[in-house]
Amino acid sequence: MIYTISSCRDDVEMILSDDIAVNNPEAVKGYKGFYLLNEGNMGSNKASLDYYNFSTGVYTRNIYAEINPTVPKEMGDVGNDIGIYGGKLYAVINASNKIEVMDAETAKRIGQIDIPNCRFIKFHKGYAYVTSYAGPVIIDPDYRQIGFVAKINTATLKEIGRCYVGFQPDELEIIGEKIFVANSGGYMGAGDTEGYERCVSVIDIGRFTEEKRIDVAYNLERIRADSRGDLWVSSRGDYKGLSASLFFIDRKKEAVTDTIPIAATNYWIDDDLLYAYGTEWNNVANDWQIAYRIVDTRTHAIVKREMITDGTDKEIEKPYGIMVHPETKDVYITDAGNSVTPGALYCFDKDGKKKWSVRTGIIPGHFALLPNDEP
Amino acid sequence: MKKTTFLLIFIAAVFSSAANFVCAQSAGDTTRTLNLDEVIVRGTRLQREVIPVQSLSGEELRKLSAFSVADAIRYFSGVQIKDYGGIGGLKTVNIRSMGSNHVGVFYDGIQIGNAQNGQIDLGKFSLDNIEEVSLYNGQKSNIFQPAKDFASSSAVYLRSRTPRFEENEKTHLKVVIKTGSFDLLNPSALYEHKFNDRLSASFNAEYVRSSGRYKFRYKRVFPGTHEVMYDTTAVRQNGDIESVRFEGGLYGRIPEGQWQWKGYFYHSERGIPGAIVNNRWMNSQRQWDRSFFTQGMFRKSISPKYDILVNAKYANDYMRYLNPDTTLMLIDNTFRQQEAYFSMANRYSLEKNWDTSLSADVQYNTLSSDMDGFVFPKRFTALAAAATSAETGKVKMQGSVLATFVRDRIRSGNTAADDSVRAAPDKKEFTSAFFVSYKPFAKHQFNLRAFYKYIFRMPTFNDLYYTDIGNVNLKPEFTRQYNIGFQYNKQWKDKTVKEWQLQTDVYYNEVNNKIIAVPKGSGQYRWMMMNLGYVEIRGIDLSSWALAELYNDWFLNLKLSYTFQKAQDFTKRKSEILQESTYGGQIAYIPRHNGSLIAGLTYKSWQFNYSFIYVGERYHSSANIREEYEQPWYTNDMAIVKNLVFGKTNLRASIEINNVFDQDYEVVLNYPMPRRNYKFSLTVEL
Repeated sequence: MIYTISSCRDDVEMILSDDIAVNNPEAVKGYKGFYLLNEGNMGSNKASLDYYNFSTGVYTRNIYAEINPTVPKEMGDVGNDIGIYGGKLYAVINASNKIEVMDAETAKRIGQIDIPNCRFIKFHKGYAYVTSYAGPVIIDPDYRQIGFVAKINTATLKEIGRCYVGFQPDELEIIGEKIFVANSGGYMGAGDTEGYERCVSVIDIGRFTEEKRIDVAYNLERIRADSRGDLWVSSRGDYKGLSASLFFIDRKKEAVTDTIPIAATNYWIDDDLLYAYGTEWNNVANDWQIAYRIVDTRTHAIVKREMITDGTDKEIEKPYGIMVHPETKDVYITDAGNSVTPGALYCFDKDGKKKWSVRTGIIPGHFALLPNDEP
Repeated sequence: MKKTTFLLIFIAAVFSSAANFVCAQSAGDTTRTLNLDEVIVRGTRLQREVIPVQSLSGEELRKLSAFSVADAIRYFSGVQIKDYGGIGGLKTVNIRSMGSNHVGVFYDGIQIGNAQNGQIDLGKFSLDNIEEVSLYNGQKSNIFQPAKDFASSSAVYLRSRTPRFEENEKTHLKVVIKTGSFDLLNPSALYEHKFNDRLSASFNAEYVRSSGRYKFRYKRVFPGTHEVMYDTTAVRQNGDIESVRFEGGLYGRIPEGQWQWKGYFYHSERGIPGAIVNNRWMNSQRQWDRSFFTQGMFRKSISPKYDILVNAKYANDYMRYLNPDTTLMLIDNTFRQQEAYFSMANRYSLEKNWDTSLSADVQYNTLSSDMDGFVFPKRFTALAAAATSAETGKVKMQGSVLATFVRDRIRSGNTAADDSVRAAPDKKEFTSAFFVSYKPFAKHQFNLRAFYKYIFRMPTFNDLYYTDIGNVNLKPEFTRQYNIGFQYNKQWKDKTVKEWQLQTDVYYNEVNNKIIAVPKGSGQYRWMMMNLGYVEIRGIDLSSWALAELYNDWFLNLKLSYTFQKAQDFTKRKSEILQESTYGGQIAYIPRHNGSLIAGLTYKSWQFNYSFIYVGERYHSSANIREEYEQPWYTNDMAIVKNLVFGKTNLRASIEINNVFDQDYEVVLNYPMPRRNYKFSLTVEL
């Protein structure tokens, strides 16, 4: 009897991908498809990768383990960012302290770059630049965890230098020969708002040193350049009295010249439009307040057009990732839901009507478009 | 208005007891004798229980390959233990899927509190000095108890050993040493002394040291072909623990009553081994705990109709958490908790078969920390319970109502001046429970029983006030329980089977306003607490016990338990996709089926014990999809015990082999459990 019960537990099988036909095949415009990185709840080791193919209309969920079945413990814990450069797909896996490097076409693993507590990635002239919260290892009684930007040679996948910036740097953007880094100070502001960082670090790429800081606001998170190279920076606020906002940095003046009073939890800039959503907790309503807005990056005005026009916004529990297809202008928004169970991905056409939606992995958050002309 | 009503009830409870005390004393009746200490706590185990109870005690408990209280509780039906692995790993108990915060854990009659997070780590409670572990669904079937005993959805009672002496005996000494896998070293000593017939004392000390190192293995095969994709073995790191425990008690008898006073001290340092994830197979977080409490109980029969029970406790807990890893957020925080508790319970017999009781408790909790933004919460809780029990021939009934008042206060403390911190609003709740049992046949020990209970758990200090995470608007989390079941017991004098017992209960529970953590904004560094969930639980608990004499002097003792649970998440989702993935799904880590078997074979001074635990397939969340699926696990443990007697000295030696079939399993995702392991112990009793 014991034997029959003992045979109940079998070898654990790896999980294969799922194909879901979500849309009719479409003419490919500039991009073959996109990858969607699901973060997975911290400690669950459930970061996963999905792929959508424009030409077939098929959404393939959870492709990493099937393509790379021999990697122990799969993709890792907390996928934080994803990017494609030079035919390679880079996935920043925060709590696994690594950047997973894959072939951009096949998602076949090429290798990994170990960067502790890595956050976001950008590329420039053969190098990848990655922000990290990890403090330097030094003996100091007043130890402070200053963050850094790591420089990685994309040919050798070796880290070749670090440039220390502010505390807990999040997104970065590269314009010309300069890297702009949004410092958050996220580890330090919990008790006192003044503990948060409020600067964008400007790094000269050639010297790879921080040459300047631009004062913006407390607890910065995102930084994205528009078509003119001007920067749009978001502050998370302090989760208390100070609400989240969006700031404009004039590239030439290297200073904040405008503030757009909207919560921009996440946004995507396409042409001259900035597509943003904001989620803010409302203590009175005891619920999240979610708003979707489009900002004209030339006039800095909020465009009257709605991003979602068919009422689907009422179904999105927790918008998380956002992307706009540069050619079709379709808007993709992910829903992280309750963050412990699978989320959803919505595709809206340029008129704000839902085209399709699909279940994703847990906390779907980060997109990478796969261009047609990638080798 | 409501508040005034509450206060009146409360004041009435306190004063009526005082008044009755005076009246009763003047009555001065002294003819009634009291039962022995343990009977009071244990209740009438094999008699008619109005309330479902399961217990393990004495020799039964010692024979199990159980290190901590958590290991023993796994054998009860309706129970899930969350075990993060190893001797130092966190172990919490969840009864009938209502959540671990709904389980009251009582140590020698008084609840163990943790106002900070409501979490009682049963792994910290050694079985060394525990005489009995009992689990009650609903509440203990005794109306003569503090109001707090009415205040949780289910309760675990731990009863430590009380001194007992043979005729002419004055002292007892017991020394135990245990060693085995994980570099375990675990000596303990117990000394009991009898001053006179009215006063005895005991002192107990224990030391535990373990490296917490064990091998674990992760293996994946390709579906269908079962071709091995990866197969990695590693050693669990940073799971070490070192702890000491001292416990002392005085036990006294007075005319028509008894009293008890005890002190408890525990100190430990442990590593937090953490989740095993890709590219990170080791963690470096540490935790220090220091718990001290002292508590007393006084009980007296004032008159044949009137009894009083007074309980008091003071507890002081210190916890330090350190994350020394500079690649992560550096954390070095200490938390200090204090609790003061006083309770008075009164029982008055209206008729021979009709008792009433009134209890009033007050409790004060504080929490302080050097954490940034900490608000130093203080909580005053007052509880008043009125209960009655009646027996009319075949029917036995119990009913209780409980009034709870909670007031929190905070101070701005470590927060910045302009922060608008505030305390959670006062809570006033009235809850009730009703129990009935029916014995249809005079000649058979067959009882039908049913109960209903409505109760809540308060949001903890962490839920409400943890810097940036807490939410002061949280409502209490309510549970509603309906239960119907039976108990059957039969004894034979001349047959192989000497005794057989079976109990089965069918239940339906609801959990409302479930408190759940959700991330704040983007990224996973900031979370907040919300009342989000609604869960319905439908289950069957079954347990059976039999004793047989197989052959001359060969005794077999069998204990079996089985639980079926459909614990479904009926939290409404906003979209069809999300609704499809979680609505109606089995909640996280609750198996549909689980069970256990304990078989003990005794021949003269030899004992052989075998125990088996089975936990069926589960999901990591209420999305019951293959990505969240977890296979069943089961462990087989064995022990051989030999008892020797040399004059007045008793010796006992045991060898345990746990997880005999070397199964790799996880109770909690990414927390691997130990494979086959061993333990040896030697006990000397003088």
